[in-house]
Amino acid sequence: MSMGDAQAHESAIAHVDGSACYVDDIAPREAQLYVAMGCASIANGKAKKISLDAVYKADGVVDVITENDLLAARDIGPAFPGDPLLSTSISFMGQVIFAVAATSHKLAQTAAKLAVIEYEEQTPLLSLDQAIDNEEYVRPPYRMQRGDAVNALQAAQHRLQGSVRIGGQEHFYLEGQAALAIPEEDDSVCVYSSNQNPTEAQHLVAAVLGVPMHKVTVETRRMGGGFGGKETQATQCCALAAVFAVRQQAAVSCRLSRRDDMITTGKRHGFRCDYDVGFDNEGRIVAIEYRLAGQCGHSPDLSDAIVDRAMFHCDNAYYFPHVTIDGLRCKTNTVSNTAFRGFGGPQGMVAMENVIDEIAFALKLDPLVVRKRNFYNTSDRNITPYHQTIEHFNIPDIVVSLEHSADYSGRRKLISEFNASSPILKKGIALTPVKFGISFTVKHLNQGGALLHIYNDGSVQINHGGTEMGQGLMTKIRQVVCNELAIDSTLVKVTATRTDKVPNTSPTAASSGTDINGMAALAAARKLKARLLAFLVNEHGVEERAVEFKHGSISVNVKGLDTLYSWAELIRAAYLARIPLSATGFYKTPDIHFDRDTAKGRPFYYYANGAAVTEVLIDTLTGETKVLRADLLHDVGNSINPAIDIGQIEGGYVQGLGWLTHEELKWNESGRLLTDSPATYKIPAISDMPGVFNVELYPHAPNEEDTVFNSKAVGEPPLMLAISAFAAIRDAIASIKNYRVFPNLNAPATPEEVLRVCTQLKETDQDGAS
Amino acid sequence: MIQFLYGEQVIRLDDIAADTTVLEWLRLHARQTGTKEGCASGDCGACTVVVANLNTQKNTLEYTPVNSCIAFVGSLHGKQLISVEQLKYEQTLHPVQQAMVDCHGSQCGFCTPGFVMSMFAHFHADEPTRADPHQIDHALAGNLCRCTGYKPIKQAMKKALEFKSDQFDTTKADTIEKLKALQLSDAEHSRYLIPTSLVELFKAKKQNPDAPVVAGATDFALEVTQQLKSFKTLIHLGSIDGLKQIDTTGNVITLGSGVTMQQCLELLSPLVPAIKPMLLRFGSMQVRNQATVGGNIGNASPIGDLPPVLLALDAEVCLQSDGAARWIPLCDFYIDYKKTLLEDSEIISAVRFKQPETTNRFAVYKISKRLDDDISAVCLAISLDIKEDSVAMMRLAFGGMAATPKRALHAEQVAIGKTWNKAAVNDIQLALTQDFTPLSDARASAEYRMSIARNLIERFYLEGTMPTQQTQVVTHVDG
Repeated sequence: MSMGDAQAHESAIAHVDGSACYVDDIAPREAQLYVAMGCASIANGKAKKISLDAVYKADGVVDVITENDLLAARDIGPAFPGDPLLSTSISFMGQVIFAVAATSHKLAQTAAKLAVIEYEEQTPLLSLDQAIDNEEYVRPPYRMQRGDAVNALQAAQHRLQGSVRIGGQEHFYLEGQAALAIPEEDDSVCVYSSNQNPTEAQHLVAAVLGVPMHKVTVETRRMGGGFGGKETQATQCCALAAVFAVRQQAAVSCRLSRRDDMITTGKRHGFRCDYDVGFDNEGRIVAIEYRLAGQCGHSPDLSDAIVDRAMFHCDNAYYFPHVTIDGLRCKTNTVSNTAFRGFGGPQGMVAMENVIDEIAFALKLDPLVVRKRNFYNTSDRNITPYHQTIEHFNIPDIVVSLEHSADYSGRRKLISEFNASSPILKKGIALTPVKFGISFTVKHLNQGGALLHIYNDGSVQINHGGTEMGQGLMTKIRQVVCNELAIDSTLVKVTATRTDKVPNTSPTAASSGTDINGMAALAAARKLKARLLAFLVNEHGVEERAVEFKHGSISVNVKGLDTLYSWAELIRAAYLARIPLSATGFYKTPDIHFDRDTAKGRPFYYYANGAAVTEVLIDTLTGETKVLRADLLHDVGNSINPAIDIGQIEGGYVQGLGWLTHEELKWNESGRLLTDSPATYKIPAISDMPGVFNVELYPHAPNEEDTVFNSKAVGEPPLMLAISAFAAIRDAIASIKNYRVFPNLNAPATPEEVLRVCTQLKETDQDGAS
Repeated sequence: MIQFLYGEQVIRLDDIAADTTVLEWLRLHARQTGTKEGCASGDCGACTVVVANLNTQKNTLEYTPVNSCIAFVGSLHGKQLISVEQLKYEQTLHPVQQAMVDCHGSQCGFCTPGFVMSMFAHFHADEPTRADPHQIDHALAGNLCRCTGYKPIKQAMKKALEFKSDQFDTTKADTIEKLKALQLSDAEHSRYLIPTSLVELFKAKKQNPDAPVVAGATDFALEVTQQLKSFKTLIHLGSIDGLKQIDTTGNVITLGSGVTMQQCLELLSPLVPAIKPMLLRFGSMQVRNQATVGGNIGNASPIGDLPPVLLALDAEVCLQSDGAARWIPLCDFYIDYKKTLLEDSEIISAVRFKQPETTNRFAVYKISKRLDDDISAVCLAISLDIKEDSVAMMRLAFGGMAATPKRALHAEQVAIGKTWNKAAVNDIQLALTQDFTPLSDARASAEYRMSIARNLIERFYLEGTMPTQQTQVVTHVDG
């Protein structure tokens, strides 16, 4: 049995010995060229005069292009236009004005700096607050509602208004954006790309070249990290490399330097979340109004769906009798923000947990008590703000298990004692749940395809529409195929994702990789297994039940006597009998629908759930923080591969911890990103890992829906377990005033932000008035 | 000709640009692509390789991880370069590689070769270092992983340490002989100059007046990799033994400018223990192995971490020119942003200071967004002598508060003669505004810098009055 095995990543050995090949590792072709981008140094306006003479004359330069050299499509916006590949009209600092191809990466980079550009500058709009005030949007506002929040708020026993700001996040995949385009005959091109979305790149490269999609092939073997940052943002490198490849009939590499990558590619959306909540004496929410304003940057990109997902998750695990949610897609002259693990969901959830904590403070209750009182159930408090009925809900059980295993109340007591005796350092603790909806909310994306070949020596190749970015998708798919065919993993090779093998694929996103492609691979494997079975039945004149596929061998019971085939023997025999040994598989997620006009439906096939308890230590003199302990309990259904699932949970938590603590994006007043390198933008390092880090899978909980192996998606949800760390920091700060004043902590809780709020509390009167 | 061992193979480079990095040589010239470029600025560790240095005194090899993206290939002269491709023995994975597979230490795999190399270096650390579990964090703090959250990598390191030796130990004697032969060979290279004495150095400087003089080059290399400047000729200080001495005779400690920050950490920590927690957070292991004392002083960055410490120790710096040397108090050395008293004809050859008396209180505080491998928002070094309850001497030296590393002379004045109590602390805190108007930048706002500058003085006071109370979220004292 290969399902449920903690197998090593299928590329583990290649990772550790350095032989795993990433795009920039592909051996260069003869006369290969390298692209560098010439970027705007203003945030808003026009490049009115562009002098590129010095660029042309620079060492090694072979070709330079501007927007006028783009003969077909110029816009590479994925869902809506707004992202010109090259442009003279500037809407953020880092917009690409021209591109240069030279004989080396360094020469191209050096040449790109020599352009002289005169601008006609306009005042850039840089702040989210100003965009909200000016109603500057990249897409229209959108509302979800259930019941009558306005009247219910007025009737509520308690009511409070609040706001929390949440910063964005740079993906900081260790491998930057990279593409290599190879011209082929018949105006075709093959692009090797570090890309979560090969089909989208194929589509847009074809549009930019003005050729049908069948002339463009995109291949992705693996990415050195994606996290959403290569869902739409990989297209730019693909398209630039392809344009030069066709012009020069040469292989062309376009790989971004770290700084260019950080400046020119989109990030997680910053948000400002305002709320007005009514609740009863027990802390139960009776009504809530939310306004979730996402900072989208200069263009729509995927922001419509991202702000939607924030709206879908600002309930987290809690029931609202009456609710109105407004989502704003705010436009600023900054880089266009994009998908990032969680896709808006985390920001919605941070807002919700802020609301819960604020209610708890107002009523002098432990926040965990308020959380429990507000949970959904599956009987009467079971309708979401988007009218999906909660059918299975294991969060109360997860939370109670974790509360006991992590000794929440015992440690709460110890923390109070510590805080009473420690004037400078304070501890805090919080337990927060995660309920994350699984499925693309854009319905048509919920489909997957696979292509399975059995060669006549018995070796097997599986190809599918998903891409490998480190999440172990290829490993899990291989397990699915091995399990179905009852063969050893050494017989099955998972090959690079290619648009000419499986067409019209969806991005590997929304945590859906295994759900949709695993089912497609399973469908293909079932087809071939059925053919082999029919062959044996026919060959031996037996009934189907006389045939048994065991690990690596197949037995056929003929009148009480077993005939045994090895896998290779069976395949050889089937081949000679002219049985087709190749099959496609296809899957579409059933039972999902959402009507965006009425904001009603069942957008999610199921929910992935989990909870975390985090304990932190903070320094009230400097604002420094340290995570002392984190206990995570997460529901992955039946785990296909527990080692990979635990890896996703641990890694997701630490990535979320980075987002909510150290990772801070800062722009200056002219719109330049100040945190444009790892010297200034700090993702978690090894000492940031919680001192004690207990991570468990929620046991005995197969997915009630018919997913592959009844597993659950695991890519995104664990990131949000880190909200417990943010809430724990808030809890530690609150101890300064004996939990009588709610600390208005914004994310990220950098040392500076923590000290700001500590100072604010210290200067507050005991009763809460400033 | 630059000569070094790449694994067991002798590499001779006649005609390579002086500003070629080790990473460029590996990926573009040798086409060994296991070593990755993650940032080209020494901040992520994806490009980590191990350089084996010959220790002629002990007749042994020292395996030092370095960031190949900011090391020039000429710096390998007479050394052994080991990259991830060379770790397998025949077809068997090295213990650190196998442990990474067994513990699920890789996800996307891009940072993995860098981690493997840092782990390989730690595998070859001395026995006390291997035995101390805290050292794992220090060994791996310069490698960023965005996927795993580090837990399985840490587990893999522990597991690998169960093994004691590898094939490199078997071939060590042979490698040492090969390196000795290489070091005797002619180091002359038309563009990457490697003088082995001060005489040769000043001759080289005279003949190449525009050539930058580099040591570890951890900061200088960014001019090449980030600002895309090119340098035809470089003069490398790394082979001048006279600049690498540490003298601790008597109560005066003298550090040669070529002493690396990692050597500082190992040799200075026992002498001035308060420095250790800061030095453990100085850059990363990779950076500390390359960066030098002279570089950190001469770079004159307002946010370098060693200068505030040296200022608080009232150090003097030795400026050496051809045939002459002058000792300058470090507090006079810095003139303005990136401006110092160093003349073009000079190099920094050494720094010296008196070891603090046992009655002196000395503390160093580094505040940054991230604990590991981060540049300080503010770094404070304090030296305090109290006589009969009053402040007899106080030196407050800050990084991150002004255009240069700088002492708070006004605040120090305020302190002198005061009874050392809460009121004095208050006065000192208030006086800081006369000393500093800090800037806002990517790391911190001006207000935050001023707040923590004040609060750190309070921390220092409280640590004296309530010595049993924990006052820092992470101490590293045990590390």
